[in-house]
Amino acid sequence: MSDYVRQLPDSASGSGLSRPPSVWQRFHLDLPLLILLLIVTALGLLVLYSASGQDMGAVLRQGRFFLVGYVVMLLAAQIRLQRFQRWGPWFYLFGIGLLIAVDIVGVGAKGAQRWLSLGGFRFQPSEVMKLVVPMTVAWYLAERTLPPRFKYLLACLAIIALPAALILIQPDLGTALLIAASGLFVVFMAGIGWSYIFGALVLAVLSAWPVWVYGLKEYQQQRILTMLNPESDKLGAGWNIIQSKTAIGSGGWDGKGWLKGTQSQLDFLPESHTDFIIAVLGEEFGLRGVIILMGLYLLLLLRGFWIGLQARSSYGRMMAGSLTLTFFVYIFVNMGMVAGLLPVVGVPLPLVSAGGTSVVTLMAGFGLLMAISAEQRTVSH
Amino acid sequence: MRARARKTKTVVAVAPWRFYLVATVLVALLVVLLGRVLSLQVLNTDKGYAFLQNQGEIRSVRTAEIPAYRGVITDRRGEPLAVSTPVISIWADPAQLSGSEHLAKLAGLLGQPLPELEAKLERFAGKRFMYLQRHRVPAEAREILAHKIPGVYGEREYQRYYPAGEVAAQLVGITNVDDGGIAGLELSYDEWLRGIPGKKQYIKDLHGDAVRDIGVLEPARPGRDLKLSIDLRLQFLQHRELQRAIAQTGSDSGTIVTLDAHTGEVLAMVNHPVFNPNSRKSFKPGNTRNLAMADEYEPGSTMKSLTLVAALESGRYTTDTVIDTTPGRIRVGRKTLQDPRNYGEMTLSNVIEKSSQVGVTKIALDLGHEPIWDVFQRLGIGQPLGTGFPGEGAGRLPNRPRWRQIEEVTLAFGYGLTVTPLQLARAYTAFANNGVLLPVSLLSLDGEVPHGEQVMAPEIAAEVLKVLHRVTGSNGTARRAKVAGYEVGGKTGTVHQVGAQGYIDNKYRALFAGVAPAKDPRIVTVVVLNGPKGDAYGGGAVAAPVFSRVAQGALRLLNVAPEAAVPDAATIAALENQRGAGV
Repeated sequence: MSDYVRQLPDSASGSGLSRPPSVWQRFHLDLPLLILLLIVTALGLLVLYSASGQDMGAVLRQGRFFLVGYVVMLLAAQIRLQRFQRWGPWFYLFGIGLLIAVDIVGVGAKGAQRWLSLGGFRFQPSEVMKLVVPMTVAWYLAERTLPPRFKYLLACLAIIALPAALILIQPDLGTALLIAASGLFVVFMAGIGWSYIFGALVLAVLSAWPVWVYGLKEYQQQRILTMLNPESDKLGAGWNIIQSKTAIGSGGWDGKGWLKGTQSQLDFLPESHTDFIIAVLGEEFGLRGVIILMGLYLLLLLRGFWIGLQARSSYGRMMAGSLTLTFFVYIFVNMGMVAGLLPVVGVPLPLVSAGGTSVVTLMAGFGLLMAISAEQRTVSH
Repeated sequence: MRARARKTKTVVAVAPWRFYLVATVLVALLVVLLGRVLSLQVLNTDKGYAFLQNQGEIRSVRTAEIPAYRGVITDRRGEPLAVSTPVISIWADPAQLSGSEHLAKLAGLLGQPLPELEAKLERFAGKRFMYLQRHRVPAEAREILAHKIPGVYGEREYQRYYPAGEVAAQLVGITNVDDGGIAGLELSYDEWLRGIPGKKQYIKDLHGDAVRDIGVLEPARPGRDLKLSIDLRLQFLQHRELQRAIAQTGSDSGTIVTLDAHTGEVLAMVNHPVFNPNSRKSFKPGNTRNLAMADEYEPGSTMKSLTLVAALESGRYTTDTVIDTTPGRIRVGRKTLQDPRNYGEMTLSNVIEKSSQVGVTKIALDLGHEPIWDVFQRLGIGQPLGTGFPGEGAGRLPNRPRWRQIEEVTLAFGYGLTVTPLQLARAYTAFANNGVLLPVSLLSLDGEVPHGEQVMAPEIAAEVLKVLHRVTGSNGTARRAKVAGYEVGGKTGTVHQVGAQGYIDNKYRALFAGVAPAKDPRIVTVVVLNGPKGDAYGGGAVAAPVFSRVAQGALRLLNVAPEAAVPDAATIAALENQRGAGV
């Protein structure tokens, strides 16, 4: 019922808008979100310094990415939501073009072709698609009746499947799944019926076996098997998980102290500054550190949902829900992987792991959230 | 509720309950995650915190051995005879090193041909440890390690160094490359000298490099020091004299052992051939043999002074009892024994002085074997000395069920039994020590007087000393044993060496067992030269002069006041001449 109420310009919730906008509101900044982001960023750089082997250069490099990210966020926050909505399909077409370009002229690293090199500047189009795919799906659904009809759902699935397939052949299973998820979250937030959801779940379970046998490469199967029993291949595929579990576990409640973790400082922990950075945090700051970081993440997530709940347009609501859920999935998949709950997929810990494109994309997503947050306040003007 | 949505572009149609549901699921998942971390980090389940912390330490914490310092061996005055010096052994991890581009450089640094190094790596393929070079001088080793060739490491060890070199080599012994005793006192006192290695913990990184020391778990307990009874100064002197005698007489081998007459401590013990304990380049295991303790042979006439004891103890003889040795030969069974010439009637004292075969034969036939055998037995012949020295000989004093006459007689001459030079010297301490036989000690007793055994009456010991002194008189067989400024005593011996076919006609062993000074002796010295070449081969001719020189130096070193007025230069020169003439 409240939905109806909220459509009215002079609802109770809008009564505060008669006050003159603050500086933050003028620049479309969501203050709680910004403060939380700054705290997590600072914590992340602190851990990164330790994880990179006390390399100040790595911290400065990451700091520059964050600087770019925050600028992108600020700029994105200034753009009116309707404009995002309109630009969605064009971003999508552009992104698909980039993905095709990657598959043709991309730059490889560690057996996968994921980067585009533009005059010495490398970036990962698949990262951008994490933002673009939900935008496109939300654009498509916002024009239609909600909950969407079945044929529109099929169209949505097509919108999602095309970039996911292009990324899958890079190959980058993790990102493909995440992008698919970010699109499906929009569909979910659009309010599809439970029958669809259960139907999809049943389909997923039924297709698990054929996918396992025909769909997954051997190393991908190996990762899943290793997750189920890391001890089976201690020096090979199980190495990452065993070392990261050891690092986290040996931290205890108090941790060993900043820069004092043996696993992370002595090169035992693989990828300690990127995907496995949470293990460094767990070892050096202990359970306390992990709880603090998870608490900060939780507050960020709740703020994201709050913005979604307050959104005035269904586009904003779907986007906020999807962005927040995607953010959560990053966190959950990364932490679950490091803690040995999920298979090892290349998902960085948002705002903490070292990385360039992913940081900028992430910050752009938060900019979009801020734009949604601003919309609820500016509509009345 | 889903049906609530309306078809309007601006209308928001997403149900808020879906947000709440999602938020709840999300929080639940985070709780699961947190629970997982909690179980890893804090809860002490099977694979929880304690296990993983231990795992973390297993990966990075290593325990290393701290080598223990082996005890120092010194002489009685604290001069070092064996010391451990720190060295660095260079080792490699073949898994890391093989195929390294630094191999040529490494071979150059080690001073090894490259193919040799490569062949060694090939042999150790699949192993994780091999020595490249052991016991390098620390400065050189650090130079090699400073190149930081991956897979090449240094290990601190101790190497034994013997400052006295060959001079005390057989007595002190040697250690192997792992600092364990393998010969001599290094072997028999290995447990004592060997320290207990300590343990320390350090942190290593993934590449195996030590990052930092955590601490010492157990400090290394250094081995205990061993203070020997020998006096290095006397040892040097004796060594020099033995080498000189070997060179002058052309002997194959020889040994000199000197005991403290009142304590039974070995003051010096030298042998030839020698070996260099500081180098294994020309090492022959046979040369580590400590002849003074390991060799057993017939002592010959040196035993006549013990036969004298039996004669005096019987009550039938005094030193003045006259024995007729005419015509200078005597037939026992089918053997004829003879003196160099017909000495005619002579006192018992003269019999020993001239070492008359006929005189001793007559005494032996008169006494029978029993009292003689008994004296030998009391003086420790045929019994182990119990020093614990590796390969120590015990000698043999056979007790026959039936003694033929010739056997009784030759026993009195010192044939038909075997002794080690050290046993012979020890027997003579009874004369020097008022009839008290002392246990032999290779370790310094530090003034503590050991418990001896009264094996003969003090008067008899005194009589024997007088006779021994006369042997070195101008009419005795050991004239050349005289020492300027001191009165000394002793008994010569010359025996045929024993070969595969029994006695060898032209191979002799020259012995001399002496005491100095003759009154209240301070030292007992036994000199043995095996196989002296040339016409002079007897104990009086080749062994006695060696004793003279050794005793002269020893008495001076021991601060024994000269009894006679110090002779003038001319007398000393004459003495030297006399000593030299015998050679």
